[in-house]
Amino acid sequence: MVNYIWVGMTIIGLVFAAVNGTMSEVNEAVFKGAQEAVTLCIGLISILVFWLGMMRIAENAGLLEKLANLFKPFITRLFPEVPAGHPAMGYILSNMMANVFGLGNAATPLGIKAMEELKRLNGGKDSASRSMITFLAINTSSITLIPTTVIAIRITYDSASPTEIVGPTLIATSISTIAAILIDRYFYYRRSRKG
Amino acid sequence: MHIVSIISLWFIPVLIGFILLYGTVKKVPTYETFVEGGKEGIKMAFSIIPFLVGMMVAISIFRASGALDFMIDWMRPGLEKFGIPADILPLAIIRPISGTAALGMTSDLIAAHGPDSFIGRLASTIQGSTDTTFYVLTVYFGAVGIKKMGDALKVGLLADLAGFAAAIVVVTLMFGM
Repeated sequence: MVNYIWVGMTIIGLVFAAVNGTMSEVNEAVFKGAQEAVTLCIGLISILVFWLGMMRIAENAGLLEKLANLFKPFITRLFPEVPAGHPAMGYILSNMMANVFGLGNAATPLGIKAMEELKRLNGGKDSASRSMITFLAINTSSITLIPTTVIAIRITYDSASPTEIVGPTLIATSISTIAAILIDRYFYYRRSRKG
Repeated sequence: MHIVSIISLWFIPVLIGFILLYGTVKKVPTYETFVEGGKEGIKMAFSIIPFLVGMMVAISIFRASGALDFMIDWMRPGLEKFGIPADILPLAIIRPISGTAALGMTSDLIAAHGPDSFIGRLASTIQGSTDTTFYVLTVYFGAVGIKKMGDALKVGLLADLAGFAAAIVVVTLMFGM
């Protein structure tokens, strides 16, 4: 699916540029897009190194296991394939915590670690397991407590009440997370019916 | 609101302090462990590069060619029938694809319509309540080498759609048109 979207976006863009005469913009976009991607990755190194270092300490000290045990009833229901007390649970939970507090940069390395553990649980296969899809669905609808960046933008543009969107954001994000879980379940049952 | 801002300010420092103290109490060689874990971060960041380059070049081409604008104009009449302001459409399309582009579009919408307008509030809520599905998908699956994504993309995009719908309904109900 991602292959088709990727090729589709590029080819449609190229055809459009040919018809619209925007070929010079497209030429520029190729190099700008690649550069932006690399800059983003380089910027990620600092945060990845720091949080993965911190999380290794937390992991070796048994902190993630503790956290996982605390939320066991909730998480076992969401991820029935992950055994109780497995490190994957700890990572999944820390990732959710980071997302809730709007720490997108801290959430990424934790999410990757969670995926790594889920892959190990899935026998190291290169296809996505049920738990991975559930984890991804919850992540893309991320529960947000404080939309810090948005509040900052609103302050910049002289909003009378920059934080008034906190309430609606929390409600909208809760609805979308519940919807994500339901959609994920629906696709899972459809898959399992097909065998 | 005050409590929320205090929590967001203190969360990271307290977490760092707690992990370091807990590790020390549990007799973990903290500094060596930190360095060892951090090395993994370098490998990880580099392994993400090709995934992001591929995706971001395709998005840039799509945007720069004018195809994105064309799509918006084409969908405008249909959307307005459902009470969805067409101005929000580029943000809704870009939001799952690129986080930085979406942030740019949100600031753009807030600047153009004002932060306290319906569009401004709606853009703020959408930006805050959804995440970049393609980014999460490429980074998370790319870093651990998942090639067959199964239903992941479909589920992620449908969840985004639910998020937009929720944002539109909630903002309309709370602030009116």
